[in-house]
Amino acid sequence: MAKKQYAFYPGCSSQKGASASNYLTSVESMCKTLDIQLTEIPDWNCCGASIGYGEAGELPRHVMNARNFALAETNLPGQDIVATCAACWLGAKESKERIEHSSLLLADTQEALKEAGLQIKVMPEIRHMAEVLVEDFGFEELGKHVKNPLKGLKFAGYVGCQTNRPFGIAGENFENPMYLDKIIETMGGEAVPYDQKVTCCGGALAFSEPEKAQAQIKDIVESAYDNGAEMIVTPCPLCQANVEIYQGHINNKYNTKFNIPVLYYSQLMTIAYGGSAKDAGLNGQVIRAPKLEAIAK
Amino acid sequence: MSANQQMAAKYKNSFLKEVEDQVEMGEWVKMCMQCGVCSGSCPTNFHPGWEHPPQEIFMMIRAGKREEVLTSPSMWMCTSCYNCIVRCPRKLPITHIMHGLANYAHRLGVAPKGQPTRAFSKLFWNNAIATGRVNELKLSIGLYFKDAEGKINIGQGIKQGLAMQKVALGLLKAKRLNPFEIFGGHKCKDQKGIHAMLKKARELEEKRKAIKA
Ligand code: SF4
Ligand code: SF4
Ligand code: SF4
Ligand code: SF4
Repeated sequence: MAKKQYAFYPGCSSQKGASASNYLTSVESMCKTLDIQLTEIPDWNCCGASIGYGEAGELPRHVMNARNFALAETNLPGQDIVATCAACWLGAKESKERIEHSSLLLADTQEALKEAGLQIKVMPEIRHMAEVLVEDFGFEELGKHVKNPLKGLKFAGYVGCQTNRPFGIAGENFENPMYLDKIIETMGGEAVPYDQKVTCCGGALAFSEPEKAQAQIKDIVESAYDNGAEMIVTPCPLCQANVEIYQGHINNKYNTKFNIPVLYYSQLMTIAYGGSAKDAGLNGQVIRAPKLEAIAK
Repeated sequence: MSANQQMAAKYKNSFLKEVEDQVEMGEWVKMCMQCGVCSGSCPTNFHPGWEHPPQEIFMMIRAGKREEVLTSPSMWMCTSCYNCIVRCPRKLPITHIMHGLANYAHRLGVAPKGQPTRAFSKLFWNNAIATGRVNELKLSIGLYFKDAEGKINIGQGIKQGLAMQKVALGLLKAKRLNPFEIFGGHKCKDQKGIHAMLKKARELEEKRKAIKA
């Protein structure tokens, strides 16, 4: 039996051929090393993300999450739900909190769930993968598996919003969370201090208000460069995509020369644990990361 | 009478009461002490888009400025960054109140027409619930080829599509956008159950709101 087992909630973006499929590849490699067994929640559905609010209303949002809770709890009893996407984690956690807080909302949720043949009996815990690494393993344990330390590489840990606020990782400071920097350092890399670590990239408004969001992204990338980072690292698929894929647009508009790779913590860990560039999904970068590819086994 | 006129008539003299009853987390508005911390917490480059920042919106609700609040594009500027929530000395769930107000204005049909985030939110939610999972390809096609009212606009689509072409090609090359999604792509098995569940949820929510009104 694997050392740790969780009910896995990949989210829409981490499916095959979707925008964060490289995240999924690296998470699978990382979990193999750590002996983590992730079992996908059967027939899980989208959480609706933060941006669904305008159309959805309250109860429909909560029942979408509640369906996943019921499916997890029925099929994978006793396992915590683990999400890799910050928005999925936040949305699910929020729904859990609200439903637990109000007997009226719980009753309505159960009534709606009945239509899909489901009920919630025990409310499962909802965790982000980064939380699992920090809390269930700890940096010391994570460090024991390092075979190929990321020596000499400089990373800007971009925590962004939704793994950090409003819930965050226990014991962290909202204005300057350290867990991502500590993961980087545990893997043998250097985490450069810079002032845009928790700046919002614009989130889903990168689609609807591209100019404003790209101005946010410009500030983030610029600050990473100014402080000597060679790569940016994130815990969130939307942060990753936003900060990576618009650099070309920003260059055209602002006459900058941005071309900085944006990676997931799990990709760094896969390489540091001795995995190949392919195991880490490095072929999935729109801006390739040659320095990381060069040291990969 | 439109839904909007009905509500305005029901709550004649108290927009605050209306917000408390009908808007998600609206009951918190009266707790605001007007310190202004939230308004300074929104992402910097979005500031010019906020006609009325959150603190001002709360003041306007109390002052009964119903029309100005509900038709404002301001709430649609919220990026869900949660900066305000963790800083507010009165612990107001500001993010959710902004979402709640936007959703209420949208439901009443008075939110600004053509507001791009309003259009995107609708597109996103409908895309997600159609099969239970987001189809990223259809989502981007919908985004670039439809105008804010959801009508297909080829001219606009081509212009925006061209601007986004490099981004899409980059994703395709990296195998992060799948052209076959157009034929269906990722979906849930129990779509029927999901649709029935959501229908029930909408009914229940409307019932609860109607009782309060
Ligand atoms: S937040 Fe994003 S990735 Fe997560 S389930 Fe929703 S759409 Fe999918
Ligand atoms: S930084 Fe951007 S993508 Fe990441 S959580 Fe914040 S808003 Fe979402
Ligand atoms: S931070 Fe809180 S108390 Fe201060 S103005 Fe904003 S909502 Fe009101
Ligand atoms: S969550 Fe919305 S209202 Fe709050 S600081 Fe961020 S953008 Fe402003």
